[in-house]
Amino acid sequence: MAETKTVVGVPVSSAWYGGGSPFAINSKKFGMWLFIVSDTLTFSVLLLAYSYSRLANPNWPRPFEIYPAIAKSTSMTLILLASSLTMVLGVAAAHRNDRAKAVRWLLLTALGGVAFTVLHLTEWFNLFREGYTPWSTPQGVPLFGATFFGITGLHMTHVSIGVIYLVIVSIGYGRGKFTSDDVEVSGLYWHFVDLVWMFVFPMIYLMSVSLAG
Amino acid sequence: MSAHESGLEVHAVGSTRLFVMVWVWLAVITFIEVFLAYERLRPDLMLTLLVVLSLVKSALIVSYFMHLKYEKIGLALLLIPAAIFCICMIIIFFMPDGARLLQMRLTP
Repeated sequence: MAETKTVVGVPVSSAWYGGGSPFAINSKKFGMWLFIVSDTLTFSVLLLAYSYSRLANPNWPRPFEIYPAIAKSTSMTLILLASSLTMVLGVAAAHRNDRAKAVRWLLLTALGGVAFTVLHLTEWFNLFREGYTPWSTPQGVPLFGATFFGITGLHMTHVSIGVIYLVIVSIGYGRGKFTSDDVEVSGLYWHFVDLVWMFVFPMIYLMSVSLAG
Repeated sequence: MSAHESGLEVHAVGSTRLFVMVWVWLAVITFIEVFLAYERLRPDLMLTLLVVLSLVKSALIVSYFMHLKYEKIGLALLLIPAAIFCICMIIIFFMPDGARLLQMRLTP
């Protein structure tokens, strides 16, 4: 057995030297975690900008009635949560090396993302018809349009990119090009998109529910 | 090799039953939040309740769905305090002024 290589008395395989993997995860997964932290900050800033503008504007619009806006966004939340469950089952199947099942779960997850986006777009078009656009509102508070469509639009972009990502991973994994680790990394991204919505939904929709309609 | 190792790990910690249970809890908390929206609570109380419930939900998602609970503790200790610190810095810059604006609006 060869003697352990050391640098200034530290074995190179030790986590302190960095030779081992300090967090015992692969670099793709670590990269995704770092991206998730930075994206968390992006969305926190946007949500704070929304709240700040709301505090500053006396006639902040509240176009979210129980029906259709709250009912629709609640079902969107449940769809996103369900797609998180199918994602986690897909990752578990991939780790069992059950390729066919994992691909099926991944495609089901992507389908959930498509359903979410379609529902969200119908809600956007409702708001457009009522006169809310990214640069104007009937109440004359353009900041509402800017922050609301900015946040939900960025989230929708994340969902759409996630759908494309999941389809690519499921095809690649089905063909044996990707490993179960790649499936797990795509799962991290998808759960993060779900997590962001868990803050957008209460902070924007539920906080401004109006019972008057 | 690494796929094999993590496969063993996942087999040990995450069962379908557990994932479904976590999902049921997430759905229940969502319905509690929607129910709160029907009640006419004070805005500050409502905001506090919603943020606390959302933090509980995100903790469930991060620890079970995103598997952070079963990674090395060092990863969580690296990521979560960093995110919380940065969010606190943002709040420190935004919120005193936000509170002042609200007060100016409320006093005639």
